[in-house]
Amino acid sequence: MSKRTLNSKGNILLKNGRIYDPFLLINEKSDLLISDGFIEEIKKDIKIKKDFDVIDCEGKIITNGFVDIHAHFREPGFEFKETLETGSTAAIHGGYTRVCTMPNTNPVIDTPELVKFIIDSSIDLPIYIHPIGAITKGQKGLELAEIGQMIQAGAVAISDDGLPLTNSQLMRYALEYSKKFGIPVINHAEDCCLVNQGTMHEGDVSLNLGLVGNPDISESTMIYRDLAIADYVGGSLHIPHVSSSKSLDVIKFFKEKGVNVSVEVTPHHLALTDKALQSYDTNAKVAPPIRSDIDRESIQNAVCSGLINCIATDHAPHSIVDKERDFNNASCGMIGLESAFGVTNKVLKDKKTVESIIDLFTINPCKIINIEPNLIMEKKLAELNIIDPNIKWEFKPSSIKSKSSNSPFVGEKLIGKVMMTINKGFCINNF
Amino acid sequence: MKKIESKHLLGLEKISKKDIETIIDVGFTFREVLERPIKKVPVLNGKNIVNLFFENSTRTKISFELAEKRLSADVTNFSASSSSVQKGETLKDTIQNIHVMKMDCVVMRHPVPGSCLQLTNYVDVPIVNAGDGTHEHPTQALLDMMSIKERFGKIEGLNIGIVGDILHSRVALSNIYGLIKMGANVKVCAPPHLLQRGIEKLGVSVCYDVDDLIDWADAINVLRIQRERMGIGLIPSTREYRTFFGITNERLARHKKELVIMHPGPINRGVEIDSEVADSDQAIILDQVLNGVAVRMSVLYLLLGSKDFE
Ligand SMILES: [Zn+2]
Repeated sequence: MSKRTLNSKGNILLKNGRIYDPFLLINEKSDLLISDGFIEEIKKDIKIKKDFDVIDCEGKIITNGFVDIHAHFREPGFEFKETLETGSTAAIHGGYTRVCTMPNTNPVIDTPELVKFIIDSSIDLPIYIHPIGAITKGQKGLELAEIGQMIQAGAVAISDDGLPLTNSQLMRYALEYSKKFGIPVINHAEDCCLVNQGTMHEGDVSLNLGLVGNPDISESTMIYRDLAIADYVGGSLHIPHVSSSKSLDVIKFFKEKGVNVSVEVTPHHLALTDKALQSYDTNAKVAPPIRSDIDRESIQNAVCSGLINCIATDHAPHSIVDKERDFNNASCGMIGLESAFGVTNKVLKDKKTVESIIDLFTINPCKIINIEPNLIMEKKLAELNIIDPNIKWEFKPSSIKSKSSNSPFVGEKLIGKVMMTINKGFCINNF
Repeated sequence: MKKIESKHLLGLEKISKKDIETIIDVGFTFREVLERPIKKVPVLNGKNIVNLFFENSTRTKISFELAEKRLSADVTNFSASSSSVQKGETLKDTIQNIHVMKMDCVVMRHPVPGSCLQLTNYVDVPIVNAGDGTHEHPTQALLDMMSIKERFGKIEGLNIGIVGDILHSRVALSNIYGLIKMGANVKVCAPPHLLQRGIEKLGVSVCYDVDDLIDWADAINVLRIQRERMGIGLIPSTREYRTFFGITNERLARHKKELVIMHPGPINRGVEIDSEVADSDQAIILDQVLNGVAVRMSVLYLLLGSKDFE
């Protein structure tokens, strides 16, 4: 099939695909006709008419758009790294139709006006943006932000991500107050004192490289604190980018006690170990750091057991000058939206069914932030992906739509790809 | 002429034992040159070497500069304050600024681990690591090994102790990699919180009692205690450090054994080592300084030279 962008104003017929919508509990072979961006008809053997663009979906899965509950789009303030527009373009090319943006911009998203600014700016973009508001004013960790009004304006969660909330009493207030609004509190869990300016995982590799290590206990002790508070006061805690085996032990302990906790992992913590840093590759420098092979194994097992609920990218674009520095001064983070499915599916495809891998990108994150996408039903605005779970492809720098290209997966062979995404009347064709 | 396989000298972790032997052997030849009335050989005539120092290090810089001049190279010094590094000038920017000078070799000191390796991405001339933070400082370890060989006639089988703030030291890792590669037994001794977690994995043994170390060792390398470590509470006081880890006169007198004492300098007399010890016959600290010039001549010659010398 030639590479072209289809006109979603016309008629697109998805032929011979398997429709999988976990929200509707549908998993069956069927044709699907999209007309003017809406789902016109779902049934077996829809007759081809001559003005139809026909997409052969044999062997492919038609499913809901992906939802990323953790991304950094950098606007306002750091538009040289990413904008709402370039971030959205990257997102939809990776199969994401909804993205939650973290509030660590400049200014910090800590008022209803700023939440509204993000939502209004995204109206004409190809994805839906669900902002996450700050927990504290200016993410300074001193006083609660206008959480209630931000939720009213459309924020779906609160977080001071990038910075941990160090004040335990404020963490208690945030969890207690959030109960009124039914939204999760997301704390970037790292004890800064234990991080001790560590720039990578403390282990055999940091020992050899002479770099200051950030130990796994910097994360697990903070998660223990947060969960102990949540156990005491209630509220719902969401743990972002879990990185260590010890943290998973802590989470399991509190989950079994009945604490309302959800957990995300990034594709890079799922796929890589600290060996990725062996030649001081700043593109693999992230916070929390990529850890040992034992941690990676625990993470993969926890995704399989369901202890980890979903994949989130922590898409963190940085310009070349932010990354082409000495290791200590290089910024933390990597882009993730365009490679997330290929990386994750490559790791998990022999451990999980393709449906349960897809759930990590669709229904599971939606449950955490309490949203529902446009379902795969007749008369609904089409919001869907066509996935080929077996195709091998290379993540090429030339294909990157993000404004930044900081990723250690560039040049890697990935398995599984979103071949087409239709959302908000846009159609991205990666066939 | 003798050759080494390495194109750069970034560290001793990855270099072969054979290369280390060659560097030390040639180092002894240059040591003889340094004893001559005319201490200069024309082997790097016309070669331009840049000393790129991102942090102050008077001793290392003087030693490299002297080595370069003794080899008849042209020397350019470029000092960038570490504040300019923090301000965000990238390594690449700095390097491009001096690239136009058509250098043949870069000697670099940088506060951040890995910087010399990163530099190899931007320039295609030999790079000599003159210390990249707490990672490696290979020429220091080479001169230490040369001094050990000078004293004992060998390195293999010797018991070498390293005492001090191993965690923050710029010379400890290179010493460990080099000595173990050359067949020495290495034991490190430090306050437990000033040791890297898992350091035994490098093949060293660990002790917390400096008297045990002295009993065991043929030679000990006494690391400098950096005074800035005391401000952040890592070392309660100099007198407490001296009580438990200082190489004092009384302590050595108690042991009544022959022990060779090394120190990479500069010395904090009365803190990690007593003056009398540092100035005694068992200390080879001044030989280390001279061997430093010789071994750096050797490294530069082996990386850049094309002709024999006599
Ligand atoms: Zn974070």
